[in-house]
Amino acid sequence: MRGLIFDIKRFAIHDGPGIRATLFLKGCPLRCAWCHNPESQPFEIRCYGEGARRTVVGREITVEEAVRELARDRVFFDESGGGVTFSGGEPLAQPDFLLALLDACGAEGLHRAVDTSGHAPAEVLLAVAARADLVLYDLKQSDPAAHRDQTGVDGALIRENLRALCATGTAIELRLPIIPGLNDGEETLARLRAFIESLPRRLPMRLLPYHRAAMGKYPRFGLPPPLPDTPEPTAEEMARYRMQLGLIQ
Amino acid sequence: MTERVQRLRTLSLETPITISAERAERMTEFYRENIGRYSVPMMRAKALEYLYRNQAIYIGEDELIVGERGPRPRAVPTYPELTCHSESDLRILDRRPLTRYGVDEETLRVYREKVIPFWQGRTMREAIFEILPAEWKAAYEAGIFTEFMEQRAPGHTTLDGKFYEKGLLGFKADIAEALAALDFGADPHAVAKREELEAMAVACDAVIGFAARHADRAEELADACEDPARREELRRIAETCRHVPAHPPRDFREALQMYWFMHLATITELNGWDSMNPGHLDRYFYPFYAQDCAAGTLDREQARELLECFWIKFNNQPAPPKVGVTAAESGTYNDFTNINLGGILPDGRDGVNELSYLMLEVMDAIHLLQPQGNIQLSRKNPDAFLQAALKVVRQGYGYPSVFNADGVVEQMVRAGKRIEDAREGGTSGCVETGAFGKEAYILTGYLNLPKILEIALHNGTDPRTGRRIGVETGDPRRFETFDEVQGAFDRQLRHFVDIKVAGNQRIEQLFAARMPAVFLSVLIDDCIRKGMDYNAGGARYNTSYIQCVGIGTITDSLSAIRRHVFDRRAVSMGDLLNGLAADFEGAEALQVALRDETPRYGNDDEDADALMTRVFEMLLAAIDGRPNARGGRYHVDMLPTTCHIYFGSVLGASADGRRAGTPVSEGISPVQGADRKGPTAVLKSAARMDQLRTGGTLLNMKFLPSVFDGDEGPAKLGALVRGYFRMDGHHVQFNVVDAATLREAQAHPERHRDLIVRVAGYSDYFCDLSRELQDEIIARTGHVSA
Repeated sequence: MRGLIFDIKRFAIHDGPGIRATLFLKGCPLRCAWCHNPESQPFEIRCYGEGARRTVVGREITVEEAVRELARDRVFFDESGGGVTFSGGEPLAQPDFLLALLDACGAEGLHRAVDTSGHAPAEVLLAVAARADLVLYDLKQSDPAAHRDQTGVDGALIRENLRALCATGTAIELRLPIIPGLNDGEETLARLRAFIESLPRRLPMRLLPYHRAAMGKYPRFGLPPPLPDTPEPTAEEMARYRMQLGLIQ
Repeated sequence: MTERVQRLRTLSLETPITISAERAERMTEFYRENIGRYSVPMMRAKALEYLYRNQAIYIGEDELIVGERGPRPRAVPTYPELTCHSESDLRILDRRPLTRYGVDEETLRVYREKVIPFWQGRTMREAIFEILPAEWKAAYEAGIFTEFMEQRAPGHTTLDGKFYEKGLLGFKADIAEALAALDFGADPHAVAKREELEAMAVACDAVIGFAARHADRAEELADACEDPARREELRRIAETCRHVPAHPPRDFREALQMYWFMHLATITELNGWDSMNPGHLDRYFYPFYAQDCAAGTLDREQARELLECFWIKFNNQPAPPKVGVTAAESGTYNDFTNINLGGILPDGRDGVNELSYLMLEVMDAIHLLQPQGNIQLSRKNPDAFLQAALKVVRQGYGYPSVFNADGVVEQMVRAGKRIEDAREGGTSGCVETGAFGKEAYILTGYLNLPKILEIALHNGTDPRTGRRIGVETGDPRRFETFDEVQGAFDRQLRHFVDIKVAGNQRIEQLFAARMPAVFLSVLIDDCIRKGMDYNAGGARYNTSYIQCVGIGTITDSLSAIRRHVFDRRAVSMGDLLNGLAADFEGAEALQVALRDETPRYGNDDEDADALMTRVFEMLLAAIDGRPNARGGRYHVDMLPTTCHIYFGSVLGASADGRRAGTPVSEGISPVQGADRKGPTAVLKSAARMDQLRTGGTLLNMKFLPSVFDGDEGPAKLGALVRGYFRMDGHHVQFNVVDAATLREAQAHPERHRDLIVRVAGYSDYFCDLSRELQDEIIARTGHVSA
């Protein structure tokens, strides 16, 4: 079986426990305004630039090849309690490939994490959860209209899916991107908190502060920078968000 | 840090470094008077005794640990019996902008009138160059190898813990016993042994006398001192210096002072490579620390202050400068004292104790150029110890470096050492493995691997000079297979190693005959028992290392030749050589292809790494296990110090796309910028070298301080180290880079391709980031490191 990826990153230390290798699957149904990897969104291989600057984004890879690459750092996974993470794009958007990858990595004895937006059919999510050791689950926005405005979808499916996921035994970590001016309003955060507290399980949560890292990337891929004026949240602001979300007193 | 320590630290940091002619003058006086009067060993012992009877005694305000190598802190003595500075050398040292050594008119006068006229024609350096053959000199001048002992004595010595139990009088008793056991009827070397042993005894007395002069001086100062607290301290110094080093220390303070006299005496007797290493100080000092704490006479803070005073003393002793200096060539003040912490005890138990942690704190607080420190990390050591060390690493001093204690033991056992001696060992200098207190493990020089390939690609001729210095291995334009390239390299390698070893044999024999290290021999097993000097093979183990440089550059060069000339046949050997000769002028496309379309070492790429291991096997075959002149064997080391810069400067463009004259790769690190798959891939490539068959390897990794931050950052770095060591890696050091480096990387991305920075929630290659983001990270880094 083959799938479309755009990168494999070794020594990934922010995508789950321990030292990990992260496979980025290509293609995403969402269009988040703050996306760090806009080149990962299309479900196809694309070329950018010309001549010496020409870069090809995306490649096809078989499950066997992918697992061979991912397992290269096993010694470091063992030492750190790490493993492999499937991210994207949206990994659940290539369900057969992802499930095959999860099975193959499971057969290798590797710890498996999946980093998802949650925007996928429920049965896909549950099939993935049955094969993953950890799901990193994004919650971006509590207001449906704003969600549609900022990501292209209203988020209802994402919230329903999360409830269904909570009913499984799979470990979940919530990830909340914090984008100043877009989803950091007091009301937005209060509603988000209420939703999270209404879930049947208490879930560990990590805030991901917006950073401008990717903004320089957009012109390279022929795209206008989406949030030209949005600042990165300060440490004080991050502390306030944590308080508002009930993470600290 | 107490105010006392702050003052001592400032003094050590700010006192200008000067040349002192005192030692040179005393040596000149003594040798002029006594030449021919004593045996060679006794001459050395008596010369040390003469110096120690006359050397100015320095006891600084605030000091608790006393003694200097020169007449005062940072006044550097010289060693004219080894190598004699000319007047112009001294003037250059005084004027050069980097690593300057102040030389005053009086020093120049002493040199001009006394030192130079006597020593010219009598130095070791001259004797060495006189007996080295022309082919050695040709290879040396071409930059195939360097020679450590042409300016300094064999060194690289590390002490163990035995003198804390014996005291010098205990050694004198051993010497007397060995003398009494000499059998003049049966032993044809008995007279030589007697001379050596008697010289050792004189050297012990010389050092005891030097300590006693410190006691006298401290008492004088105490009598004149108006401050009762300081008066009491001076009396304590006097009492200490009356007791050690003659007797075993009775408490923690005396143990520190005991070591310090051993350190000074060994680096004053001769200027050995690697001043002197104290070994496992945490374990040697611990019994005294525990005993004093239990008795209530010492607490952790008092121990810290004493250790900090002790630490600063190392920085007061900059390395003596070389001769033949030019204005452009600078040196280093670093004399490479490297303190070992942690590791495994001789009986196999975890060696970490409370002092291991306290010494890491002291290292962090004092953070001067010297001494540097390392941790010997065993799988038996707790993670808390590794984490405490990484916390200091994060500060960006470049130390402590981290060694694989279990691997180091295995290396030594493989080299035939007893396991308890191996566990008592560790690493010193940069990364070199040795059995502390029992081994003379001598660095003999660096070997320029890419240069040897260059000679092979020119059929034995150095293209830089047109001189034939190698053997004829055939015109590479006629090579039909890649194997022929490797075969030619292998033959040139063996040719040059033969020349190097033949030169070393001469030099080692010269040192054995003419320049014994009699005091050092007291401290190293089994010199007393054998009645044989350290420089003549008296140590229990006698190793000679050749340090191979440029494994990354040669691997990538071979990989490029294989791919582009033989596999793809995209360029002929003739065109490649023409491109290299032109330094890629007009052949830019070739350079890009060689550099960017070649599988390179450092990427966990089996094909490229197999070329590295092939070269490594050739090195072992050429070097490992050859006998040296001291009854021991040669082994391979993979460390560069800064020699990769010099070696690059004598090398034309190389087939990995490197321009002429630029540095070659250092240690076993990949070529700067060749590694593109992150630190785990680098570690896996490096671990494909069977490092247990070396005497040390060096691997550098660069990180921004923020990679160490966060809840889990330090644990993940710890796991990175543990993973490398599980694959038998020897050493890793983390360069935590600052904003200045990042700015440099922005200007010259090609040199910093491997630089990893923490961006925000993830890490990335700095050079891959947008300019805007780079600027932002630089700004942030400045903030973080401030």
